[in-house]
Amino acid sequence: MASESELNAGIEDGVRRRDFINIAAVSFAGVGAVAVVLPLVNQMNPSADVLALSTTEVDISAIQPGQAIKTSWRKQPVFIRNLVAAEIEEAKAVPLSDLRDPQTIDERTKPGKENWLVTLGVCTHLGCVPLGAAEGENKGDFGGYFCPCHGSHYDTAARIRKGPAPTNLVVPPYEFTSDTVVMIG
Amino acid sequence: MSFPWAKPYEPQHPLMKWMDEKLPIPRLVYNATGPGYPVPRNLNYFWNFGVLAGAALMIQIITGIILAMHYAANVGVAFNSVEHIMRDVNAGWFIRYAHMNGASMFFIVVYLHIFRGLYYGSYKAPREMVWLLGVVIFLLMMATAFMGYVLPWGQMSFWGAQVITGFFSAIPIVGEPVRQWLLGGFVPDNATLNRFFSLHYLLPFVILGVIILHIWALHIPGSNNPTGIEVKDEQDTVPFHPYYTAKDGFGLGIFLLVFVALTFFSPNMLGHADNYIPANSLSTPAHIVPEWYFLPFYAILKAFTFNFLWIDAKLWGVIAMFASIALLFFLPWLDSSPIKSSTYRPLYRWFFWVLVADVLLLGVCGMMPAEQPWVILSQLGSIYYFAHFLVILPIVSRIERPLPMPNSITEAVLAKHAPDAASVPAAA
Repeated sequence: MASESELNAGIEDGVRRRDFINIAAVSFAGVGAVAVVLPLVNQMNPSADVLALSTTEVDISAIQPGQAIKTSWRKQPVFIRNLVAAEIEEAKAVPLSDLRDPQTIDERTKPGKENWLVTLGVCTHLGCVPLGAAEGENKGDFGGYFCPCHGSHYDTAARIRKGPAPTNLVVPPYEFTSDTVVMIG
Repeated sequence: MSFPWAKPYEPQHPLMKWMDEKLPIPRLVYNATGPGYPVPRNLNYFWNFGVLAGAALMIQIITGIILAMHYAANVGVAFNSVEHIMRDVNAGWFIRYAHMNGASMFFIVVYLHIFRGLYYGSYKAPREMVWLLGVVIFLLMMATAFMGYVLPWGQMSFWGAQVITGFFSAIPIVGEPVRQWLLGGFVPDNATLNRFFSLHYLLPFVILGVIILHIWALHIPGSNNPTGIEVKDEQDTVPFHPYYTAKDGFGLGIFLLVFVALTFFSPNMLGHADNYIPANSLSTPAHIVPEWYFLPFYAILKAFTFNFLWIDAKLWGVIAMFASIALLFFLPWLDSSPIKSSTYRPLYRWFFWVLVADVLLLGVCGMMPAEQPWVILSQLGSIYYFAHFLVILPIVSRIERPLPMPNSITEAVLAKHAPDAASVPAAA
């Protein structure tokens, strides 16, 4: 049997070999626990099939000026709207300082295609689908979209003007593959 | 712990003696809900609701396990599997309606249980831990009820999931990744439905565990009572069995009558017709509202329609909604009055009823569309709700002069039942 002084031999400040072993063992177990938790948490993130960024091609030739259609991309609704000149003018006339999320209509459309407004149909408040894309729906106080869930009003450039939503309707990545076909995604 | 005069457990039968040595469950029951647990003699019917909440949970667990035998958590078939339960499964309609309305009954009795705690000051020392665990149970119930509502995969299920997980997207920077993590996608979909089913099955058992802690913490000081005066000696108490087993049994009968009346005669009264339309991710129902038990909190969420300071309206709404519940955790320390029962608190009692009216008003506002006058009413209602807990309660508990109090529970009971109540002094 080793005496207390023998156990502590060569160690200063009363720190024993066993203290080191304790700390090392618990630390290693902690690292192991974190390593196991990571996949357990990460499994809840979108899986590969959900992430596989699908693209949607949409033929827009049938959309008359003033009309809009509702399509879907990554299972989310997308609004494609053919703006009339008056709506574009209306959007341009608004000073940026009046906007909660300042953006010009040019920043929200493609050059040369200013009449095509492509946005997600997902209210930036809590995710309802706003009204205003289909004929006869309530377009809100600013002639764009109106979300009936909590009363957010969007203007003709789908910018937030009134209500609880924090930002403009999101413009998804898209490009014109021809004059009449839009590829979203 | 119990009072020193509690009747000790003394098994007579050799089998019970043997059991007591090996696994003393009969002893536990005897000392927790039997003759070995002395309880204040003056509990009124508001003290039924704890037992009723436990009964409601058991009904939910039993009907839920049965429903899970027939339900399929896949977006392709979930809606149809619920219709299959309603139309084809033997007595399936009854079990599902019982589960649907059982959830409402659970919330009704829990709200009355909370009401009792607030009116009679049951949250105060020495029962703070009982209250804290109760708030945890309430939060778990809300999470469970929400996820259960998503399972039929109707329109309200889908859009409820979309809106409620949307709360998390209000968190700056990490909000959207957190939301996608919760959903397992960009919108509620199969991954969401599956995990909600898994958690909806798990959480009731977590609730059961926290209820055991809730009762454990309660049995250390013992029950509060309508006078708020602590038990002083044996004549202040009666044994739990047979006195309160009988009283709770009577209350349970009334509860079950209301429950079956709702289930058989008006099973969809508290639901929404839109949830009998299959989920459609491209069309939001014209008027989405949560289940009735969430309405006051939903009104607080909707009350913020403007940006304030550097925080946007969306985040304010979400913060306020969570804060309205989180506030309850601080209640035992916000109310510094040593007097528990509102019976002896003339000023608090008045504000208590204003709070009840305010919560009911918020409930109505939560049901209404986001239009005037409901927006301004929910704003005023929300302000009052927070003012009650953060301003009125701390001030009232300092300036209030309590009414004269009896010396003991027994004195209060005898004064009430004396032939001429006025001749007995209220305070000695």
